[in-house]
Amino acid sequence: MNMKFALGAALAGTLALSMTPAYAQDEPIKVGILHSLSGTMAISETTLKDTMLFLIEQQNAKGGLLGRQLEPVVVDIASDWPLAAEKARELLTVNEVDAVFGCWTSVCRKSVLPVFEELNGLLFYPVQYEGEESQRNVFYTGASPNQQAIPAVDYLRDEEGVERWVLAGTDYVYPQTTNKILEQYLLDAGVAPEDIMINYTPFGHSDWQTIVSEIKAFGSEGKKTAVVSTINGDANVPFYRELANQGIAAEDIPVVAFSVGEEELSGFDTTPLVGHLAAWNYFMSVETPENEEFITAWHEFIGSEDRVTNDPMEAHYIGFNLWVKAVEAAGSTDPDAVIDSIVGLETPNLTGGIATMLPNHHVTKPVLIGEIQDDGQFFVVWETEDLVPGDAWSDFLPESAMLEADWTAPINCGNYNTQTQTCGGSEVASAN
Amino acid sequence: MRPTRSLRLIFACLGLALALLAGPARAQDIPGLIQSMGEASLRELGGIVEELAATGDSAVAPALEALAEGDLYVNEADGRVVIVTRNRMYDPVTQEEIGPAADADLSRIRINNSLRRDVAAAIGGLTLMSDNPSVRLSAARSMRANPSEENLALLDEALAAETDATVRGAMETAHAVTVLSLADTSIEDKRAAVPVVAQNAGREAITILNSALGSAPDALAADIRSAIAGLEQERAIWAALQNVWFGVSLGSVLLLAAIGLAITFGVMGVINMAHGEMVMLGAYTTFVVQDVIRRNAPELFDYSLAIALPLAFLITALIGIAIERGVIRWLYGRALETLLATWGLSLILQQTVRSIFGPTNRQVGNPSWMSGSFEFYGLAITWNRFWIVIFAIAVFAALLVVLNRTSLGLQMRAVTQNRRMASAMGIRTPFVDAMTFGLGSGIAGLAGVALSQIDNVSPNLGQGYIIDSFMVVVFGGVGNLWGTLVGALTLGVANKFLEPYAGAVLGKILILVLIILFIQRRPRGLFALKGRAVES
Repeated sequence: MNMKFALGAALAGTLALSMTPAYAQDEPIKVGILHSLSGTMAISETTLKDTMLFLIEQQNAKGGLLGRQLEPVVVDIASDWPLAAEKARELLTVNEVDAVFGCWTSVCRKSVLPVFEELNGLLFYPVQYEGEESQRNVFYTGASPNQQAIPAVDYLRDEEGVERWVLAGTDYVYPQTTNKILEQYLLDAGVAPEDIMINYTPFGHSDWQTIVSEIKAFGSEGKKTAVVSTINGDANVPFYRELANQGIAAEDIPVVAFSVGEEELSGFDTTPLVGHLAAWNYFMSVETPENEEFITAWHEFIGSEDRVTNDPMEAHYIGFNLWVKAVEAAGSTDPDAVIDSIVGLETPNLTGGIATMLPNHHVTKPVLIGEIQDDGQFFVVWETEDLVPGDAWSDFLPESAMLEADWTAPINCGNYNTQTQTCGGSEVASAN
Repeated sequence: MRPTRSLRLIFACLGLALALLAGPARAQDIPGLIQSMGEASLRELGGIVEELAATGDSAVAPALEALAEGDLYVNEADGRVVIVTRNRMYDPVTQEEIGPAADADLSRIRINNSLRRDVAAAIGGLTLMSDNPSVRLSAARSMRANPSEENLALLDEALAAETDATVRGAMETAHAVTVLSLADTSIEDKRAAVPVVAQNAGREAITILNSALGSAPDALAADIRSAIAGLEQERAIWAALQNVWFGVSLGSVLLLAAIGLAITFGVMGVINMAHGEMVMLGAYTTFVVQDVIRRNAPELFDYSLAIALPLAFLITALIGIAIERGVIRWLYGRALETLLATWGLSLILQQTVRSIFGPTNRQVGNPSWMSGSFEFYGLAITWNRFWIVIFAIAVFAALLVVLNRTSLGLQMRAVTQNRRMASAMGIRTPFVDAMTFGLGSGIAGLAGVALSQIDNVSPNLGQGYIIDSFMVVVFGGVGNLWGTLVGALTLGVANKFLEPYAGAVLGKILILVLIILFIQRRPRGLFALKGRAVES
């Protein structure tokens, strides 16, 4: 093992000096792609699989990595979470991949986490999530709540003058946790409890009549009302349709969504939705040279001008580039070496900023608020001035406010308690 | 004395000259202001809209309307701000046609929500004195939504001149709302405005009164409170009725999804897990029809559903017949194997659709007659739900006729009740089996056309309905269409009455628990079949 490592380091050293074609014939570096290509989540995740193939192809065209070609290994987890854990194990032990890019839902991430921990693999997770987690083997390249939900609420309060809040979500871990954080944040900001309405619906809920009319009634109390939506996936289309049919326009009750992006809107006539909002860290409509280049190359790769790009795709772009840089810096694909070298590395994102990998394995991101346009794109109406560093543990929940994640020496801990100065979380958090 | 007088004269002259100058200068101002929108940031746009509104000149209204509608563009070729409608460019002030619009050269002037509100308010003020009564009416309505000091003066002026009764009513309401919303109007005025708002402002009256209550002095607060109390009592009754409507509408969706299953499962006894996929295929047929229409004959779009209905029925019926002939007929009497085989089929169908159409949602539009809502006394009824209720009833009636009044229906009932006897009487039982399954599948396809109007068209569409469908059929009584109807409506209404109290998640669980308990008491459902056929 040591011998191998030394050899790898030596190889990398030579490589850094001169790239000779001889090394290109070495065994390829394998990259695992762990997304659902069938079942409920295929709607969102299939595109991410294509994105990874696209990024790998581009990297190979540039000469690969460490002089070796990259080889994608695609597995289908079929929206089945126990299967995801099995497939992750298969990727790491049978295919012996060097890094895995994958998962969409939090339950998928939670299912595969123990596998990556046990086998010391690397997982790059590209979707906005509820936070309250940091693991040594996982890199969270999507937004944490402070990079999406909190700024969106700030925008509505400050720019739109919203005083009454409907927190509507699908009944599972991401909306529940996000709404818990948001509720606490709003209460701390002086919003009265009766001005907050929380509502959960089952997955794939399609009959929104009652809830939309409740929202309408809740919004008719004389205070400016907004809906903060963590409604997931397929349930969004009937929700927006019901809003439009019941005559709720964005000027009256704006809806800001955290799970609705270009991809979701592409199956939808957006005329009645114009003015509703979404908070993301990337929009396809952002005009930067990097983004234009990315979109052109993506269209060429996928063979269609109609395909959109979205936020999780950018997250994979960032994650992949950071991994490439970390491997180059470490001169090896060894997980431990990559984990050590990746923290502090920087790569340009697609919106003109820089994504930095932080010690808590989250990245810095800008926060953009976009209004839906009738062409299914978003028009950026607001953005944060600076990049926002991702916060693993929310500062607004009492049980996690004192927690911090830092995977660099000397702390090296995902839930470091700054009060007791020990690793292992707070009593409340560990009870969860 | 003299110098003063001459000085005065000079000033007067100057003033006159200025006034003369100001006239044309102002007129030139408007095109300049509109042109400046081309390069303005969102914040600057707000200022420009304010300045345009302050001109009080109705000539700026078309440009503002275009801005609100997203029809105001900058022509990149010459940097000019233009209005674009139906692919032609027009001058934003004079409305003169400039020429055809080239998409590549145009960039839209985009606005956000708060700006949209400002623009609506500005347009209201500018068009209140228009010659066209319908323009005045919409102006009065938009003023109601944007009360301000200036609007009050404008409304006073407009009311004095108004002759049209409808417009007058709208203006009076807008006036009352404005009086109530402003802080510095007199208590008497406000008191007089309360009943006007309570009567005329419709469903928004409570909102308006509530916001007025916040700043109202004690003397007025009592008046407002009693008006609100009266309105709320009225609303509570309507809310209950509204809930019944929601329940009927959910029930009709359940009925549509379940009625095909009532044939295949209820009449034939086949546990058909691929039933949901037939619904999904019906929805995809609608998508394909709409797609073809969009490409070739956009003017037919409003008829797309009428075209999709027979096609969806035929396609799903044929697939149903193929499934029956290919798979199910080998498995009659083996319930467990049928269940597994049809479950497998449902997965195959889903993945096939995913491979052909892609995993993402497909866009199925609402024809214009299925968009929006109408008010029926105190009820707000959305058109798409309304037509789906009507459609569900029509499908149900048609099915009853087929089963009870046609020879095929007679044969179906004969075969399902006593296969051997029917066969002995010369009925081709395999043919009838295939037809029955085809009929059930075809009706599922029809349901798919309707569901494409309210749900996503994705490969997973059917999965969401299969459990509910079985629930309805089992609850209503296997083998009885009327049971399916009553079952669907009961479940729909019960669900909607539980939802406000228990929430959507718990509501659904409660319904399931209630059904399980019910099935314990009456294992054969609401309307159990009686007679010998049941025993076999």
